[in-house]
Amino acid sequence: MKSAHPAARRARAQGAVLILGALLLILLASFFRSQVVRGTAWALQADSNRLRVLPVPAPRGTIFDRYGEVIADNVPSYSLSLFPAPVDSVASVLARLQPLLHLSDERVEGLLETFRSNRRQPLLVKMNLADEEVAVMEERRADFPGVFLEMRPRRRYRGGEALGHVLGYLGEVSAGELESPSFEGYERGMIVGKDGIERQYERLLQGSHGIRFAEVDAVGRIVGSFQGQAARPALPGQDLHLHLDLELQRYIHEIFPPGMRGAVVALDVEDGGVLALYSAPSFDPGEFVGGISRQRWQELNEDPDEPLYNKAVMGRYPPASTWKLASAAIALEAGVIQPEERMPIPCYGSYTFEGRTARCHRAEGHGHQNLAGAIATSCNVYFYQMGIRVGLDRLVEEGHRLGFGDRCGIDLPREMVGIFPESRDYWQRTWGYRAAENEVMTMAIGHGPNDQTPLRMAQFYLALARDGDAPAPRILRDEGAEIEPAWAMDLSPESLEALRDGLRAVTRPGGTAFLRAALQHWDIIGKTGTARVFAHRPAHAWFSGMAGRWGGPAEIVVVVILEEGESGSAAAAPIAAKAADFHLRRKYGIPVDTIQTLWEHNVAGIPAPWAWNRDAITLPELPEAVADEELPESYDPSLLQGPRPPATGPRPRPVPPGGSLVQGERPNR
Amino acid sequence: VNLLRRWVGDPILVGLALLLTLFGVAMIYSAGVLNVPSPVVERAWLRQLQWLVVALVAFAVTIRIPPRWIEWGALPAYLFGVVALGAALAVGTGAGPAESVGRWLVLGPIRFQPSEVAKIAAILGLARYLASREVPPTNLKDLVLPSLLVGVPLGLVVLQPDLGTALAFVGVLFAVLYWAGTPPLHLFLLASPGLALILSFDTRVWSAYFVGLLVAVYFLRFRLYLVESVAVVLGNLAAGTIALPVWSSLADYQKNRLLVFLDPGMDPRGAGWNLIQSKVAIGSGGLFGKGFTQGTQKRLDFLPEQHTDFIFSVVGEELGFVGVAVVLLLFGALLYRLVQMAERAPDPFAGLVLFGIFGVWLVHIFINTGMTVGIVPITGIPLPFLSYGGTFLVTCWVLVGLAVRMAREE
Repeated sequence: MKSAHPAARRARAQGAVLILGALLLILLASFFRSQVVRGTAWALQADSNRLRVLPVPAPRGTIFDRYGEVIADNVPSYSLSLFPAPVDSVASVLARLQPLLHLSDERVEGLLETFRSNRRQPLLVKMNLADEEVAVMEERRADFPGVFLEMRPRRRYRGGEALGHVLGYLGEVSAGELESPSFEGYERGMIVGKDGIERQYERLLQGSHGIRFAEVDAVGRIVGSFQGQAARPALPGQDLHLHLDLELQRYIHEIFPPGMRGAVVALDVEDGGVLALYSAPSFDPGEFVGGISRQRWQELNEDPDEPLYNKAVMGRYPPASTWKLASAAIALEAGVIQPEERMPIPCYGSYTFEGRTARCHRAEGHGHQNLAGAIATSCNVYFYQMGIRVGLDRLVEEGHRLGFGDRCGIDLPREMVGIFPESRDYWQRTWGYRAAENEVMTMAIGHGPNDQTPLRMAQFYLALARDGDAPAPRILRDEGAEIEPAWAMDLSPESLEALRDGLRAVTRPGGTAFLRAALQHWDIIGKTGTARVFAHRPAHAWFSGMAGRWGGPAEIVVVVILEEGESGSAAAAPIAAKAADFHLRRKYGIPVDTIQTLWEHNVAGIPAPWAWNRDAITLPELPEAVADEELPESYDPSLLQGPRPPATGPRPRPVPPGGSLVQGERPNR
Repeated sequence: VNLLRRWVGDPILVGLALLLTLFGVAMIYSAGVLNVPSPVVERAWLRQLQWLVVALVAFAVTIRIPPRWIEWGALPAYLFGVVALGAALAVGTGAGPAESVGRWLVLGPIRFQPSEVAKIAAILGLARYLASREVPPTNLKDLVLPSLLVGVPLGLVVLQPDLGTALAFVGVLFAVLYWAGTPPLHLFLLASPGLALILSFDTRVWSAYFVGLLVAVYFLRFRLYLVESVAVVLGNLAAGTIALPVWSSLADYQKNRLLVFLDPGMDPRGAGWNLIQSKVAIGSGGLFGKGFTQGTQKRLDFLPEQHTDFIFSVVGEELGFVGVAVVLLLFGALLYRLVQMAERAPDPFAGLVLFGIFGVWLVHIFINTGMTVGIVPITGIPLPFLSYGGTFLVTCWVLVGLAVRMAREE
């Protein structure tokens, strides 16, 4: 081919340059549009590309007791989580983590199950890593894309088993809970209270988690520090100040007969605050922190002694003789008896009414008695006649008004309603027969269809101590809240004094509980009770009483129930006396001593002249009550709302800690 | 200046090429600066420097080859290129991310990509053939043989499969034919089946195009032979109808890349990942960029193949639009210089070779930079002088040497 004409070459060259120029212009325009015109949008996307939002867990509020002692607080601990990724890669990372973190096969399976149910949020693999585990993970970070360590506050309980039931325990929020309105705004993976105070005041204690950004690379490895910068710091939960006394609680745990079931409730007479609420056997809420093993959870659940049930608010027992004060109060209020009045028919060991003969516990009888004497001797015949005067309808109706068929309204999530007939229909409905008028004889001595929680009995005795009105027992000290009586009895001072005289006679020389309950510094009064539920098993032992300075008003109400404790005076009364003594000594600054009751003095060989001749002894002037250190803040009432248990129905099962926190447990959906 | 001219031939072309290569080494170094270092990428710039030495030696050798030898050697070189491609298909090995692909040939200690050699071979072979013709091709029949000349290596490259490099052959064909004086109309008609293939993904668009083509052929009936018209129409028809079978025969990654070109958002972690990450990186560079080695997307390993095919994304992220524009203008100057040299070429063969080189680089540059910003589909095609890769760099410099040699013949 000949060389083309220069003009033709020039033309072709110009054409080529034109094409070249056009292509360059297209490229430049595209880059200009992408980098300059829409550059900001892409820059934002670049940031969201490399920054992951991670929640910063908020520390739960600290819980203090009435003396400012810490009951529950937080210590820092590491937890390990995985970024969301395809299930296969999560599975493979878990498989490689398994030996390093000592995870069981079951646990890994459970985690995968959890992850499959929600693939968009980070998966919490393990909490509370040991120091070596943290070191290993830091070192081998590059091997584990998508894994991140974070500092999480870890709950620490100072009371151990002594406070298990009151505080409750923590667990991962369950799918069911997330759907309920009381967990609105909660997210999967959050740790929430499952029972007790932790559950009741969940909203206060939770705080709100913060947000931090972590820079990650294309495969999701966090680059730089595992911690990242916080964009919004976590808001710690609110601190709680309780009426509880940690030391008293511990002391009760210590003196409670080992291996026995039962409960102790101690209330502050002044405001109805709960000084102690103990249920035996107990559990350590610390075991639940960071996940309780499936085996341990099963153990706790299947233990015949039911350690997960708070017997103080969920156990229902026939109140027996301790309820005689209630029927007496109803009779006095109705005006059918006078305190000094003796019943027309003396006690000969039994009484017959409408063809039914009912016996007294003492075959020889108690003779003619007034109210105080009848209480002191617990004479059934007196109370049969008194009950007949009141009448079944009125007794049932008044009993209801005093709350025996209702909750006390304590700030705990799972309080049970006592069993008490609302009217004669109860007999018809339950057993299919019309209640005869003589049923009142059974009811009047605290038997029949009448099962009460220890807390309920404590509230009734609180009313006796407070001259008739009964506020709902509270655990949280909320200075902002007014103390409102849940109900009140209209009793004259004489009537009240007669009732208390009856209680006093129980613990005075000659009374059944004198030896076991009498205290050196304090006037303790109370009523024993013995409730036989099964004929061939030992009876439950009750003691309901109150104590205070000699000659002064009662300051503490204590109720003790000892399942199958046989004797109210020998088994239950000393626990109540020792607990009351412990509390009052601390309150008035008297050194605490373990030799407290008369019985203990006798056993230890220490003379106790104060027990026999009180007037002969001049007690040293007692110091004024020690003022509380600080007043707790008041709380946002909207956050105080705890869960509302159903009004009736069977006893609720323990709430499983849920989610991946029960190791190997399937998440409950 | 004369000494320089004697040593390097064309200081402007060689200077531009050297500038781009050194800039490329710098960007490869930057591409290796990662937060979680990868030993291979980290030291790539050092190996690229070693390759540059080899490339410069190859360049120095090339500019000393007598032009006659080149003209005589064109056909043997072409045959060697085709045989090498065939051998690569038969016994070739894969490497790096494309391990299952027969792209590499091992000859003793030398490991190279025959497709790069074949590019040079195709340029020389085509130029040689067209230069030997008496007159420029003026009808479609004249285009059959040149198309076959390029079509054989192109087909072998497609079989590898390497879509990007195949496009470079298309660039060679059209650039050389254009310089040989083929009327643009015929070039368009030659390209029309390919266009029909692309358009056939939407039946309505293809139908409209086909009707338009029929009308055009009718009006051009006096400038075309009947056979040509029939061939064009049949070719378009065939391309339009065989598109679907061809589509189903494509490898999955090829399908994905084409689909992702149409809708990059469809699978962010799969096929669209490269494109989205590249666009994010370039877009977030803004006007002035994040600074040399400071690109966050690159550092955090979001950018795929950041030292080879996507090196230009690193430029875009770290140096911004200003850097992009400067590099593109440098490329533009390089290509413009090639056109100038072709215009002044002493003989037709020289001009055709220069335009072949122009065609190869234009396709490489446009497709590579265009894909990083999302205006052309992602095809694994490197950026001349900038991308990491030994054979490719040496090829580029051999082409520079060839251009200088051909232009200087007096």
